[in-house]
Amino acid sequence: MSQIETFYDVMRRQGITRRSFMKYCSLTAAALGLSPSFVPKIAHAMETKPRTPVIWVHGLECTCCSESFIRAAHPLAKDVVLSMISLDYDDTLMAAAGHAAEAALEETIEKYKGNYILAVEGNPPLNEDGMFCITGGKPFVEKLRYAAKDAKAIISWGACASYGCVQAAKPNPTQATPVHKVITDKPIIKVPGCPPIAEVMTGVITYMLTFDRLPELDRQGRPAMFYSQRIHDKCYRRPHFDAGQFVETWDDEHARKGYCLYKMGCKGPTTYNACSTIRWNEGVSFPIQSGHGCIGCSEDGFWDQGSFYDRVTDLTQFGIEANADKVGLTAAGVVGAGVAAHAAISALKAAQKKTQDKEEA
Amino acid sequence: MPEDTIHRPNMDVNPLPTAQLTGDATAEDIDSIRRRTSVFVYEWPVRLWHWGNALCIVVLCITGWFIASPLPTMTFAEATYQFVMGYIRFAHFAAGQLMTVGFFARIYVAITGNHHAKQLFYVPFWNKHWWAEIMFEIRWYLFMEKEPKKYVGHNPLAQVAMFFFITLGTVFMLATGWALYAEGAGQGSLPDLVMGWLIALVGNTQVLHSLHHIGMWFIVIFVIIHIYVAIREDIMSRQSMVSTMISGHRTFKDDRPD
Repeated sequence: MSQIETFYDVMRRQGITRRSFMKYCSLTAAALGLSPSFVPKIAHAMETKPRTPVIWVHGLECTCCSESFIRAAHPLAKDVVLSMISLDYDDTLMAAAGHAAEAALEETIEKYKGNYILAVEGNPPLNEDGMFCITGGKPFVEKLRYAAKDAKAIISWGACASYGCVQAAKPNPTQATPVHKVITDKPIIKVPGCPPIAEVMTGVITYMLTFDRLPELDRQGRPAMFYSQRIHDKCYRRPHFDAGQFVETWDDEHARKGYCLYKMGCKGPTTYNACSTIRWNEGVSFPIQSGHGCIGCSEDGFWDQGSFYDRVTDLTQFGIEANADKVGLTAAGVVGAGVAAHAAISALKAAQKKTQDKEEA
Repeated sequence: MPEDTIHRPNMDVNPLPTAQLTGDATAEDIDSIRRRTSVFVYEWPVRLWHWGNALCIVVLCITGWFIASPLPTMTFAEATYQFVMGYIRFAHFAAGQLMTVGFFARIYVAITGNHHAKQLFYVPFWNKHWWAEIMFEIRWYLFMEKEPKKYVGHNPLAQVAMFFFITLGTVFMLATGWALYAEGAGQGSLPDLVMGWLIALVGNTQVLHSLHHIGMWFIVIFVIIHIYVAIREDIMSRQSMVSTMISGHRTFKDDRPD
């Protein structure tokens, strides 16, 4: 077994200058919310530590996580990460295919037993013994269990691995199941989103490499540094929300003025992610900035919360067109009508009794 | 018996035999009933809580509606100087916090106050006679009984409604409301430490919003029935209803023993 290259070695091999490397380290420190004193620590870690081997497996998914990942704002990050993965295992990105690829997986697991990070994109369907997702001639769930057994930690990339996403939406015919419900004995970091933000993905990996531990996680197992606040809390349109200035219909005067998209069903107030701070595509924009509400793609079961364009969402339990207010208003109407009818009968009965009493007297 | 009573002494009669079991009449109440036609039921903290809580519910329902379905956009100032949604949300949160304090104060009153202050917090589920009286009350509301019974506190059916709609309903609304408030207050804040676990339990807070909405309608339905029945019983039953929650005294319209 040859000496494992460090990140820095790989970067230099690819023609990256030391100056660019240091820039990358400071930007990473800023992205992780660390003080400038951590920049040399990150640089040191990348220069000296052997790269953390990563095995990246794909279950039921659309590869949007990988697509996002390879667009990490800093080409350096992309290079680092691509080099790292191509050395180990990623059946989508690696050059090898077929038996050679599967052999690489076994070899990597064997070589780095207990030391590699397992990155899971997508999730295993459990119905019909996992037959709805076959990779390398076996149900994906078997591959997942096999690769997870000797992993140091697991990263659940995206909404699929974290929560199930569209393939787990009701009625979930394949019984697609998020990773943490299949693998229960390993530390799991959820990095939800459909896809997650590129810099969030590289940020999580860099943190784990630098500090050799998992980032601080919130109650739902997401890295707190990226998922502890809502889109709404940091949204640049928030002043319009507080002022009560909303887009009423698409392309109206208010939409042109950039008012709040709350009435257009924006899920920013219920979505925990870093879109309104880090943004997308090298910080160019994010959904709300481009004039469309957030659809809440990093939230558990966001496909099952009715239309993307309603704030008071549909309750599928009561039929497609029913939401909490419609159900409540109907119930209150029925009760109100019942009360009115009851009052009328009460009055009639009382009048009847009065007449009877008079006749008896 | 004192000489100046307007009631004839009739010591052989045991008044309100059913009410002693579940109609919430204590021995002192029975003694009081022998001498006068009113019983002091609701002490001032209970009455104050009732009306304060009612006001909170009204404010919370109206502002809650406009938080989910905001008023039409108005622009009378630059966004910096305009705070329409902000004030609506402030009123909602303020009323919710008052209601929370009120609810805990009401629990304290149930512990320290008189016997009747406790009736909101339990259902005498294992009392057979109580079930029979529930059936009687249902028959009364279905016009199958000519005359209602006299009760000092809540009648059994009312007690069930109070317990499920107000006691459990309030707990549900306070829990979901504080969990939603914790979102804005931020992770690590006091509301988050107390109720943040509910966000993790539900997963997606959009679900929490829907539950909070349904809870509102649950309470609105109670309000409709509660106001109707209070007025109806004030007119048609044998005792005072509305004024009892103002003065604290239950007055009876007849002096028949049962």
